[in-house]
Amino acid sequence: MTFDASRDAQAPPELVQLLTPEGERVDHPDYDIDLTPEEIRGLYRDLVLVRRIDLEAVSLQRQGELGIWASLLGQEAAQIGSGRALTDADMAFPTYREHGVAWCRDVDPVKLLGLFRGVSHGGWDPTEHNFHLYTIVIGSQTLHAVGYAMGIQRDGAEAAAIVYFGDGATSQGDVNESFIWASVTNAPVVFFCQNNQWAISEPLEKQTRIPLYRRASGFGFPGIRVDGNDVFACLAVTRKALADARSGQGPTLIEAYTYRMGAHTTSDDPTRYRVAEELEAWKLKDPIERVKAYLFKNQLADQAFFDAIDAEAEALGRDVRKRCLEMPDPDPMAIFQHVYAERHPLLEEEREQFAAYLATFESEA
Amino acid sequence: MTVTTARTVTTVTTLTLARAINEGLRKAMEENPKVLIMGEDVGKLGGVFRVTDGLQKDFGESRVIDTPLAESGIIGTAVGLALRGYRPVCEIQFDGFVFPAMDQIVTQLAKMRLRSLGAIKLPVVVRVPCGGGIGAVEHHSESPEVYFTHTAGLRVVACANPADAYTMIQQAIACDDPVIFFEPKRRYWDKAEVDTAATDVLPLHAARVVRQGSDVTLLAYGPMVKTCLEAATAAEEDGRAIEVIDLRSLNPLDTETIFESVRRTGRCVVVHEAPVYSGFGAELAARITEACFYHLEAPVLRVGGFSTPYPPSRLEEHYLPDLDRVLDAVDRTFTY
Repeated sequence: MTFDASRDAQAPPELVQLLTPEGERVDHPDYDIDLTPEEIRGLYRDLVLVRRIDLEAVSLQRQGELGIWASLLGQEAAQIGSGRALTDADMAFPTYREHGVAWCRDVDPVKLLGLFRGVSHGGWDPTEHNFHLYTIVIGSQTLHAVGYAMGIQRDGAEAAAIVYFGDGATSQGDVNESFIWASVTNAPVVFFCQNNQWAISEPLEKQTRIPLYRRASGFGFPGIRVDGNDVFACLAVTRKALADARSGQGPTLIEAYTYRMGAHTTSDDPTRYRVAEELEAWKLKDPIERVKAYLFKNQLADQAFFDAIDAEAEALGRDVRKRCLEMPDPDPMAIFQHVYAERHPLLEEEREQFAAYLATFESEA
Repeated sequence: MTVTTARTVTTVTTLTLARAINEGLRKAMEENPKVLIMGEDVGKLGGVFRVTDGLQKDFGESRVIDTPLAESGIIGTAVGLALRGYRPVCEIQFDGFVFPAMDQIVTQLAKMRLRSLGAIKLPVVVRVPCGGGIGAVEHHSESPEVYFTHTAGLRVVACANPADAYTMIQQAIACDDPVIFFEPKRRYWDKAEVDTAATDVLPLHAARVVRQGSDVTLLAYGPMVKTCLEAATAAEEDGRAIEVIDLRSLNPLDTETIFESVRRTGRCVVVHEAPVYSGFGAELAARITEACFYHLEAPVLRVGGFSTPYPPSRLEEHYLPDLDRVLDAVDRTFTY
């Protein structure tokens, strides 16, 4: 690919959009998508259900059942669109906010809650879902994805890796190293950056002076900005990037332009650093409402359908809550489990000592 | 009988420590196609110490990977390769360059298995040439072992001679846990006989009594094992029988071999190049005191680097423990 820095730096950012906030289908010269009504209804269902899981998790945190929760509110389309672009053979590397992608990979939402409740640091088998563990250190997982993609290359497999990260992460050394690595190895990896405009309290301009997707050209691979609240566009752009990766055309950086409608986490207070008008403006671009409007306008779904999805969402919320509350605290001896794959005498010694110490309380009782 | 003799002759060769690691890597790569080597200059150049010499030529660029110059990237991509079923052996070019990779080692490599509740394993080896004594510039003579021994989830070992180097690198690669593998860079050119068909090898995490004695126990690992052996030879002339233990593994630690020796000798000196303060010797002294208290004739003494950054090379002979400083500490154990 060729890159004219002077032209690119001055040009206004381009945005791939296939569905407007008002629910109008629009064409894009490079990206199109042909979805059946069934598939569109399926995407709508995904969006509503993951928002409902998220809402329930926030409530559970407020009631003291979770230590913390990182809400995906506002980013549902970016996650469902990209998540549904994956094949079973593809591997996804999330941050700690990819609850929508986890949904697409059939990870039980209660497992996600377990991490935030503090019963484990993860707890799902990444190989079972081809969905890696949540990574809390910002940007570290980008290198894991590139390494995994290098493994795919060596296996000669028909697969790609996708890695999620945020706008703040683009300032991390690991993310920049991962761009270099992917570029020089031509690794089958898709970098999916959800630019939700805020890194806790720091706005985008603290991280970058150019649109993030344009960083890719400096590393030698294509970058593209997509309307992150448009599930059609996110699906189309990610499908293309994954197909390119699988067919040996190397990495792509996707910047999903979206908005974190909630707080960074339940411990955060966005009223200290951003104005309410900003949120109101983004509410008009809500990722779910536009799909609902499209389905209505084109008579692809009736009120009974929407009612049924709402009822399913409520039932899911109740189920998630119930199973969250039923989660037992781990046995104290679990502290010593899974630290090493092979025997470790020091851990065995400490485990025995701690068990004996705990036993002294039992005999007193 | 003749067959046996012939085989013995062909499997025992004299190798430098660097060459022994090279041969160990080669054998591991021959036996398991999932074993990869990655690092800076490890390909055509064969590494700055030539430890990977000839491996890219024989195994190809796909298995011996010259990486970009980014240590965090080396470890981070090795983690990803391990998740895909590979067994990467990473070379960090010099001890002082491991620090850019600390985050990936400490927050990811060491903890990812626990995060998965045991669903995954991370068989990654991180080779780190360590220690001083080669007249190098800053950041090329460090002894960073305790940063890693303090990190749960890692195994930490150090080879001290060619025979162990040959075996231990293969055992580290075969291990399903991450292993930080320290190589004493000033001993890279030391030669010794290596039996590449030896079957009576120690497990990776066993210590070895490399010289028997009854008066005092010297504990060392990596480059200081040779120094301690020299000290023991010198002390013999003064009528002192020094036992020298090569720890070989720092995490886990073979405490039984250590305790058995110290209970017998009643005196112990720990020797390492790293600063004494918060050094590995502190852990050893504490454990020995707890386990051998009534056998000790003197406190466990420590010999090591000062609480300063590693000095410029014209001063390093004063910084590094040598035979005289070791013997000085040995003498002091007899003054209590």
